[in-house]
Amino acid sequence: MSGIPHDHYEPKSNFAKGVESRLPIIGLLYTTLTAPTPKNLNWMWIWGIVLTFTLGLQIVTGIVLVMHYTPHVDMAFASVEHIMRDVNGGHMIRYFHMNGASLFFFAVYIHMFRGLYYGSYKAPREITWIIGMLIYIMMMGAGFMGYVLPWGQMSFHGTAVITGLFGAIPFIGESLQTWLLGAGAVGQPALNRFFSLHYLLPFIIAGLVIVHIWAFHSTGNNNPTGVEVRRGSKEEAAKDTLPFWPYFVIKDLFALAIILAIFMAVVGFMPNYLGHPDNYIPANALVTPTHIVPEWYYLPFYAILRAFTADVWAVQLVSFLSFGIIDAKFFGVLAMFGAIFVMALAPWLDTSSVRSGRFRPMFKWWFALLVVDFIVLMWAGSRPAEFPYDWISLIGATYWFAYFLIILPILGVIEKPLTPPATIEDDFNAHYGPKDGGSATSSAE
Amino acid sequence: MFRKLTLAAVLAVSATTAAAESEAHIEDFDFSFEGPFGSYDQNQLQRGLKVFTEVCSACHGLELVAFRNLHDEGGPALPEDQVRAYAEGFEVFDKALDDGEGDYRAATPADKFPSITGTGAPDLSLMAKARAGFHGPYGTGLNQLFKGMGGPEYIASLMTGYEEPPECAPEDFDGQYNVAFAAGGYPDECKYENGDHKYPGSWIAMGQPLWGEDVDFDDGHSNDLRNEAEDVAAFLMWTAEPKMMARKQAGLTGVIFLLILSVLLYLTNKRLWAPHKNKD
Repeated sequence: MSGIPHDHYEPKSNFAKGVESRLPIIGLLYTTLTAPTPKNLNWMWIWGIVLTFTLGLQIVTGIVLVMHYTPHVDMAFASVEHIMRDVNGGHMIRYFHMNGASLFFFAVYIHMFRGLYYGSYKAPREITWIIGMLIYIMMMGAGFMGYVLPWGQMSFHGTAVITGLFGAIPFIGESLQTWLLGAGAVGQPALNRFFSLHYLLPFIIAGLVIVHIWAFHSTGNNNPTGVEVRRGSKEEAAKDTLPFWPYFVIKDLFALAIILAIFMAVVGFMPNYLGHPDNYIPANALVTPTHIVPEWYYLPFYAILRAFTADVWAVQLVSFLSFGIIDAKFFGVLAMFGAIFVMALAPWLDTSSVRSGRFRPMFKWWFALLVVDFIVLMWAGSRPAEFPYDWISLIGATYWFAYFLIILPILGVIEKPLTPPATIEDDFNAHYGPKDGGSATSSAE
Repeated sequence: MFRKLTLAAVLAVSATTAAAESEAHIEDFDFSFEGPFGSYDQNQLQRGLKVFTEVCSACHGLELVAFRNLHDEGGPALPEDQVRAYAEGFEVFDKALDDGEGDYRAATPADKFPSITGTGAPDLSLMAKARAGFHGPYGTGLNQLFKGMGGPEYIASLMTGYEEPPECAPEDFDGQYNVAFAAGGYPDECKYENGDHKYPGSWIAMGQPLWGEDVDFDDGHSNDLRNEAEDVAAFLMWTAEPKMMARKQAGLTGVIFLLILSVLLYLTNKRLWAPHKNKD
């Protein structure tokens, strides 16, 4: 499977040979577990395991929750409280699931920015990156629909706001919104279908995760230097890599244990920290909460959505050029989805010949600014839509697009990158010293 | 660089969960159940139950709580016979009675507290989780770990927050002035020109429910206004989060277990990689 030369599974007993010739599943497991992995991976490469674990956690806790949940507008809220009060361990399962969503997004954002910094999206890993973006979009959908299910005040009014976004699409918007909700307004049909889709999406995500792993096992992992593993021979490749089991499994499990300890502290001691008190009030169409705020993980894109108001000249220009078809609301929707779309285009927008940000002196700073921008947008998204937050959102949104559409393409041309080490082995030995105490293969040059 | 950025991200996430600045004055009461090791005070919950029964329950329902819950460990833990006797003091509607017509009967421990509709008073089951009294420090809400979300503080502050209305307010302004209540009406006469309020709080429809010495506590605890307010707030925290003790216990066990596991994995990892990392 992998392009990096390595040992393949050789069935020894007749039984194993028989199984392997009929279904090569032992070989598949063997290849996956022994996948040659760059030995210089740093602690930013643990998040994939965290994410895989969290997906499993969400699916398992979710399946149990469904056993006790009732997707009916009159009963959903009470059935969640039934889980919290009467179901054995239900309060823990529900709090795990609720905070698991936050852990999932926290990990995915670090995972994505890891990819953006070390150039993991660049050739030949574009497909891995694109699948990752698809997973992220599915996660956003699943997270949103899951938040609807407790049928609290934020669930209800958040749904009205978010599905209202689709209503902003010219010509077909209103019909589309009605089609999505199954009715003219948020109600029983919406709750039922969101419940159905919320159960479905994680399994699609699980499928995409398998393809995601398949894709980067075919290209090999990226690593902090961005230098490819040598593939001349098995021996050469072995100098740059170590097998996934046990080296990276144990390393990742260690990191996972620490992260779960923090997660457990949040669930045990402040489980409602990342939630909103209004969602403990049953949904009421007649009372709108003062501030409708999405969950924290949507806030950066929510800020971009709200940044483009009718008094922004770019919005006015587009509105004029499109004969008013693209109004401010639709512009905002386009900007929000566009902000994710430009990320997906990163492999083709980044023109640099060097993969890792570690060897890109100018890129480093622009990237740091992008992270700051993301955090500022997240904060601005949690504030009311008024001065100065609207301006901050607009500047933040502009930088977000500028980073991908202007800075990434230009940097590759004007920046003079440093020279990365010739091999992963050199990089590893520079940190830890050569294995045999002798000189490294190519650092003598 | 990544480590710093990750840390910055953690702080940012916490800052964004900050609720909108409250325009009300919420006092920070010290409750026994705050912090990772805090637990409910059984006597306080029983006193709070009494305040609820004799005062609040006249208008407010508690529809998510069953009478049998009053017997639960980590709650008021009333003896079973007391729970039975207590439940009989309430009437519930039973659809099965009177050949399916339905009729009222005395409640049993298996029933839930009746919900009260028509008075316009909100159900109190989840009130202590549906309000966040404070969100410090600096709007990050992180002190929640030690002080909770401020839900019970909100309730206790509301009970003690009835004050003489400021002079600027018209005599006939609807409701009662309460410094802890942010969601009510507010007279224009008491606003600055930019719309900001000159005084904390707003006008609430509920008349002052507790005045001090409203109930006599069986354990001889002081029944002044402040104590009654604290007790009923603690009781309502329990109705909102009846499994809090079990949750903190599970959290603590989990954290300790995972920390031990991570030490073991750290040592395993170190040993595993040692032959490949020969740095002196």
